Amino acid sequence: MSERIREKLQILADAAKYDVSCSSSGSNRKNHNKGLGDTGNGICHTYTEDGRCVSLLKILLTNFCIYDCAYCVTRKSNDIQRTAFTVQEVVDLTINFYRRNYIEGLFLSSGIFKNADYTMERLVRVAKKLRTEHKFNGYIHLKSIPGASDELMHEAGLYADRLSVNIEIPTEQGLKLLAPDKDRKDMIQPMNYLKEEIIQNREEKKLFKKAPLFAPAGQSTQMIIGASRETDKDIMFTANSFYRNFNLKRVYYSGYVPISNDSRLPGLSSAVPTIRENRLYQTDWLLRFYGFKVQEIVNNDHPNLDLDIDPKLGWALRNLHEFPLDINKADLHLILRVPGIGLQSAHKIVEARRFQRLNWEHLKKIGVALNRARYFITCNSSQFERKNYSESQIKQFILASSQSKHLKSITPQLSLF
Amino acid sequence: MVNLTYDGSWYGFLSAVFEVYEKKFSLVSILKEAFYLPEAFAGRYEVATNKLKAERVWNGLLKHLPVSSCKNIYCCYLSEIPGIENTLLKFIQLAFSTKEAEKAFANPAVLKVSQVAKMVHRERHRMEAFVRFKLTKDNIYFAEIEPDFNVLPLVTEHFRKRYADQKWLIYDLRRKYGIYYNLESVEEITFASTEDWNTKGESSVFEESEELYQSLWKDYFQHVNIQERKNTKLHLRHVPKRYWKYLVEKGV
Repeated sequence: MSERIREKLQILADAAKYDVSCSSSGSNRKNHNKGLGDTGNGICHTYTEDGRCVSLLKILLTNFCIYDCAYCVTRKSNDIQRTAFTVQEVVDLTINFYRRNYIEGLFLSSGIFKNADYTMERLVRVAKKLRTEHKFNGYIHLKSIPGASDELMHEAGLYADRLSVNIEIPTEQGLKLLAPDKDRKDMIQPMNYLKEEIIQNREEKKLFKKAPLFAPAGQSTQMIIGASRETDKDIMFTANSFYRNFNLKRVYYSGYVPISNDSRLPGLSSAVPTIRENRLYQTDWLLRFYGFKVQEIVNNDHPNLDLDIDPKLGWALRNLHEFPLDINKADLHLILRVPGIGLQSAHKIVEARRFQRLNWEHLKKIGVALNRARYFITCNSSQFERKNYSESQIKQFILASSQSKHLKSITPQLSLF
Repeated sequence: MVNLTYDGSWYGFLSAVFEVYEKKFSLVSILKEAFYLPEAFAGRYEVATNKLKAERVWNGLLKHLPVSSCKNIYCCYLSEIPGIENTLLKFIQLAFSTKEAEKAFANPAVLKVSQVAKMVHRERHRMEAFVRFKLTKDNIYFAEIEPDFNVLPLVTEHFRKRYADQKWLIYDLRRKYGIYYNLESVEEITFASTEDWNTKGESSVFEESEELYQSLWKDYFQHVNIQERKNTKLHLRHVPKRYWKYLVEKGV
């Protein structure tokens, strides 16, 4: 018995690992019933050797699937071992892992077997059992299966903290090419339904405190990067429209890991585009926290992000006329635009300068990356970069003074033969 | 120069701060009794821990600082870093004399307090993440830890809320005390000797299913990893080696 469950876990964890969403935050499900679990800011309980956090028990209910999407390991035509958990097995694993403080909760996804409703119904059953029979207040993230009925989707929202539909391919043409049986509209439909339900629930909550929770941690989605020939502009414009139109909490970007020798996809020996992925996340942060508009970072003149410098530095170099900024006077929203100054440093600067004028030493101690920031700011000091450096000069200086962790993979390797 | 020695307790430290004001000490250094060494040109003043005096200081701080900054002072105290008492004293003196002192990040004491508090918060967060309970035969979920700072007082609430329906015990091996939840409340406990469970071996102490769930967790940890993305440096940054000893999935 124990060998069988071990084997199932191995197969179904393997199949689920390409879904990068790991967040267990954003919900506020408190332990009022003297039950098990309490949900707050989210905790990463461990990290795998690839450096990704493990916060949830992330598994598929089954890896049987009726679809044949080229980019997916569980595609119908792939010759792999297939298996399925029972509802009870998933519940037991979740409870026992949670009690040992291994995880924050469950992230349950599934291959599509029979049809959408049949699959969704089983996912919901797991969540319902955890919540009602085990008084489980941990985090539950369920996949919303495109095409499932509104009733099931509604029920899912009552038990889950977060729901997500993966859009997977950023452009419609790409999706047609790689997953001909899938339709973008079917993916958007549940997202739209849930958005409306969530808004309605928030309104009810304002009126009656006791109104039931409905997906308190909202929705998220994921896009695979580098599987079809999309530009960074395509990706970020899509992401931006999801944030705006569907109130998504997060969009995840997942560098394509080669899993197939399908001619429509990058070959098996190609590297995972981790740097590009990193630059996309940086851009995502600039949009959500730094007040940038998507067109400022990527546009028709710059459809792709620079790999060798971060997107904020790239923007600053293209807009040298906006600098230098006086750190002791400039508004917070402008300070946030300076390369090398993060959210926390920016806030500290604005607080600290009320007590005294800040100089280079202060900025360094506060945590500003001066090797980048110093070309764009002035402070309480007679020393500053006064020469009129050009865009490319500044870039050269910064690259020379920093040891990018990515440098090795950016510089094309010299081949000996 | 006067060395103020206190018994090492939180109230002891606050009492020392009280004495600095009452006795109008100007050149002063606060340190734990245990660390005191007689010096040629410095006197010694032994602070008697006094709960009333300590509370007066604490209430004064609450009036002059936001709650979060007061908590930061407590966190810095828990860091047990030698000399942190003097940084705290400077910070407290500034707080009593200046408005919104906690925001003057260009002041060395203010910056240091915010940085050390952050280190302690990080360690607290790590313990919330890295505690691994094992189920014993008498139905207690038991975990050992060796945190860099004395963070047990900071994690008590978290575990009490989360595991309200199971008995659990977290023991700090370095500081030789633990916290135990008996389904009603959390109490501080100490063991006479730690040999009891170490010599008996795992199988006699722990519940039968314990081994299965540990192997399942190890399996899961292995299989959720993507080989093609291996990034050891990042892995080590998030899970430094000194924590591996008590992490089931790293299986030392």
